Amino acid sequence: MDMKTTYLLIPLAPLFGAIVAGLFGKTIGRAGAHWITILGVATSFVLSVFVYQDVEAGHTWNGTVYTWLQSSGLKMEVGFLIDQLTVMMMLVVTFVSLMVHIYTVGYMAADPGYQRFFSYISLFTFSMLMLVMSNNFVQLFFGWEAVGLVSYLLIGFWYTRPTAIYANLKAFLVNRVGDFGFLLGIGLIAAYAESLDYATVFAHKDQLAATSIELFNGTPWSLVTVICICLFIGAMGKSAQVPLHVWLPDSMEGPTPISALIHAATMVTAGIFMVTRMSPLFELSDAALSFVLVIGSITALFMGFLGIIQNDIKRVVAYSTLSQLGYMTVALGASAYSVAVFHLMTHAFFKALLFLGAGSVIIGCHHNQDIRYMGGLWKHMRITWITSLIGSLALIGLPFFSGFYSKDSIIEAVALSHLPGSGFAYFAVVAGVFVTAFYSFRMYFLVFHGKERYDQLPHEEHGHDDHHGGGTPHESPWVVWLPLVLLAIPSVLIGYMTIEPMLHGDWFGASIVIDATRHASLEEMTREFHGPFEMALHGLAALPFFLAMAGVALAWFLYLKRPDIPAIIKQRFAPIYTLLDNKYYFDKFNEVYFAGGARLLGRGLWKGGDQALIDGAVNGSAQLVGLVAAGARLLQRGHIYQYAASMLVGVLVLMWLLLNRA
Amino acid sequence: MNHHLLSLAIWVPIFGALLVFIVGSERPAAARWLALGVALAGFVVTLPLYLGFDAKEAGMQFIEQMPWIRLFRAQYLLGVDGISMLFVLLNSFITVLVVLAGWEVIEDKVAQYMGAFLIMSGLMNGIFSALDGLLFYMFFEASLIPMYLIIGVWGGPNRVYAALKFFLYTLFGSLLMLVAFVYLFLHSGSFSILEWQQLPLDQTAQTLIFLAFLVSFAVKVPMWPVHTWLPDAHVEAPTGGSVVLAAIALKLGAYGFIRFSLPIVPDAAHDLAPFMITLSLIAVIYIGFVALVQADMKKLVAYSSISHMGFVTLGFFIFNQIGVEGALVQMISHGFVSAAMFLCIGVMYDRLHSRQIADYGGVVNTMPKFATLFVLFAMANSGLPATSGFVGEFMVVLGAVKFNFWIGFAAATTLILGAAYTLWMVKRVVFGAVTNPKVAALTDINKREFLVLGVLAASVLAMGLYPFPFTEVMHASVDNLLKHVATSKLM
Repeated sequence: MDMKTTYLLIPLAPLFGAIVAGLFGKTIGRAGAHWITILGVATSFVLSVFVYQDVEAGHTWNGTVYTWLQSSGLKMEVGFLIDQLTVMMMLVVTFVSLMVHIYTVGYMAADPGYQRFFSYISLFTFSMLMLVMSNNFVQLFFGWEAVGLVSYLLIGFWYTRPTAIYANLKAFLVNRVGDFGFLLGIGLIAAYAESLDYATVFAHKDQLAATSIELFNGTPWSLVTVICICLFIGAMGKSAQVPLHVWLPDSMEGPTPISALIHAATMVTAGIFMVTRMSPLFELSDAALSFVLVIGSITALFMGFLGIIQNDIKRVVAYSTLSQLGYMTVALGASAYSVAVFHLMTHAFFKALLFLGAGSVIIGCHHNQDIRYMGGLWKHMRITWITSLIGSLALIGLPFFSGFYSKDSIIEAVALSHLPGSGFAYFAVVAGVFVTAFYSFRMYFLVFHGKERYDQLPHEEHGHDDHHGGGTPHESPWVVWLPLVLLAIPSVLIGYMTIEPMLHGDWFGASIVIDATRHASLEEMTREFHGPFEMALHGLAALPFFLAMAGVALAWFLYLKRPDIPAIIKQRFAPIYTLLDNKYYFDKFNEVYFAGGARLLGRGLWKGGDQALIDGAVNGSAQLVGLVAAGARLLQRGHIYQYAASMLVGVLVLMWLLLNRA
Repeated sequence: MNHHLLSLAIWVPIFGALLVFIVGSERPAAARWLALGVALAGFVVTLPLYLGFDAKEAGMQFIEQMPWIRLFRAQYLLGVDGISMLFVLLNSFITVLVVLAGWEVIEDKVAQYMGAFLIMSGLMNGIFSALDGLLFYMFFEASLIPMYLIIGVWGGPNRVYAALKFFLYTLFGSLLMLVAFVYLFLHSGSFSILEWQQLPLDQTAQTLIFLAFLVSFAVKVPMWPVHTWLPDAHVEAPTGGSVVLAAIALKLGAYGFIRFSLPIVPDAAHDLAPFMITLSLIAVIYIGFVALVQADMKKLVAYSSISHMGFVTLGFFIFNQIGVEGALVQMISHGFVSAAMFLCIGVMYDRLHSRQIADYGGVVNTMPKFATLFVLFAMANSGLPATSGFVGEFMVVLGAVKFNFWIGFAAATTLILGAAYTLWMVKRVVFGAVTNPKVAALTDINKREFLVLGVLAASVLAMGLYPFPFTEVMHASVDNLLKHVATSKLM
């Protein structure tokens, strides 16, 4: 089998599974659907490992599969770029997807939409692979929108719930706002680089950097800055950066396995991946990088705060995801692309683990999602408990855990950055460590420790499914806990194992470009790096570690030791609580001004423009025709003398005209 | 045989329709099958147009030439190039689906209904292939009659008003076109469109002719602000009528721009391009907002059509190849997608006898197969990549950004607006729990409906995944056109 066939098989295997499970789900049955899709994704994973070894051996590949379209010299193709960055994404996507497929067998066991669900998640895997494997902007945009489509379908998977179909529409539209920017960025690239192929565009980057465009009269803008900001607006939609983050918390309406796969590990990181892929362009614009840095740090800190007051187990994890995506974005802004992707990878493992763990808790608690009515679960769900603890420790960045290596590297990179906004960014990511530790362990303690409160669940508040709350929690079946264990392993180890080659070696090779003369953070970090063990030891004596421990301790104090205090704080600081509870009023603002404003404008244009003005004029002219016709009728009553008179008048007028002309 | 393909494309459906009238007027079943046979035959004769098409040739192909009216030197002159050929195929293809879609839904005057569509199909093939102005005008005007009858006879309660509004609006427009044609005839001594394209004209004449064409074609497209007949016509038309109206009839106006306005009066087209671009962008944005608040599904899709056609006229008047080709692709795609959207609404209307969004909700619970297809078409309508709806919009946006960033910016808002009005409707119609007992009683699509929608779904996906064969045949003709348009014809 030649390599091109292998590359093709990797996305097509899950696509095949998706089509069979989707179209013939009834015929092949439930077991048929999960077997065919799991086999498809497993094939992708195994082949990805194979491709990884091939890339390690130095064989990168950039080639075309077919020409999609050609117009005025602009060739748009479907093709693959297989390099270190791609293959890392392929491994993460296929591995997490495989875990989620297996997990789903248990999680969705009682759901009538079983086959449909497998079809969707396999379709997602296909789309995501097309996105990361692309060698051009068109296919990137295809994958970009296709993952958005599957996300839409999966958030609205339980389509009878009003909240679910509200959330999926919102997710799609907010993403479209991002895609609007993204498309304009692609348009500018096509217009000025006259190609949509990565390699060709990057080859023209100096020419792009030298060009300026006049968007407003008299003020020239650097073309590359405009392009990068447009592209990044796309990333802000997909990777849920403020202010386009509003869809992600609501996306928790979807079944938990997809929250893990799509809304934590893979799809939402597409923006991070894309910016990394575009590093040759972003490196040319400090203004764009500064913009990225600031947006990322706002997201990292302020979304973390919201995690503190959530009571829905999935929403806590969702806000944590937002905040971590902010961290990755900050790394991008600091030109530490490899660090961003490194955090993307560690985060994919531990966040998928946390989500799947949350799902296991939800099943164990008979579909209750409210952490106020959990507690003491460690006794009943040993595997879920331990794996969730591992996930939480990785998330807060405890030294030696994978999250430590990636998060600490981000903090260092920002500390060394000199771009405008890096001061604020540094503050945000450091303060974020405390916040992360606090909300993570608030949830952890409320769920697994303390008094058992699962019998206090009020009846109207129970979870999302038809099942009833109450009853003793129980450990989930093996198909559910096995993925937890398999994800826990990399959550602990992957950082220790890979930090050296990925960040400080030359593992990424040519797939990431950094202009080290202007953005030297990573280079300086490499100079100071003396191996992962030393880094962790050093981390034990550093500020982020103390902040994390303080966060854990505070959570312990407030939620285990003195559980009466949070209520008092809530009362004392009511205005802040209200602000957080309303999520800084983003939703309300969008609801009133954008959604409401659009409807108002639409109605105004329809009633005022179309009906009153245009149809008014049309009907008016019809009446005018009627009037003229009535007038004309007066002239045609059959009286010869009238005709003769008008003929005479006509002849006179004509004569006068002719005479005047001569 | 190759020399009469276009005549066959025109006259097979028309004479077939006469046969349907004769044989089927008392026997509806026979009328249906015969009409299907005629429509299929009409489609089959157009296939060699694509298969035998020489993509390298920029000029007209499959030319047929005969003297017609000697007095005016008018000829029976037919031919297609890379711009018009695909529309002949699209039209004949859609006709087959329209016959199938009306199969058991139409119970009254079946032969006449089927016949009207077949005649319409033949006439529209005539419009797309006529190279003689008078011949074009004859087909153009004649095509109003079957559409008028389709709306007026098989339409909804307010059909007479809508049919008349449609008829008068478009008739008024085309009278000015006739004046322009006569002027061109007097100056060139011919009705040949190809000769008109070579005719030098001064600035004033060009502007006046452009405006005369504009009124005529803008009404057909329809462009803002002469669009208000379309929602009314759609609402009253039977499903098949809406399908032909949206999929084919709207293309006639756009085709007119590219066949007449651009090449015959290129200087005026350049001068007035900012005006045309403005109108196009108003159509995209203004109409997008209007579509958002429609309560009637057909009106919503009608407004969505106007908005999508705004992309077509935008693509034409930015005068770059990717823009013009994108506009043509958009026209074909819109043929598939709007046909599918109207057929989907028809499927629901046949069962519930309502087009109001508020009467639905939770259709997916009772009609899962239908819902899957409907969501696919809705996604195509929102321009999702891998559907045909994306290709044209993408190309026009690329062309527009190249032309001017802010025009591209305004055009790209369709990404948000199109998704908003389409998917908001889908949310309220397809998703949710069933609240209306009538929705609970819905039955999923039958085999015939599945066939019609399935064929369209396959077309939408095929064109989205591999648009290459569609654009490949356009390049030479579009390139030639743009070169021609770039050359001044001022005397």
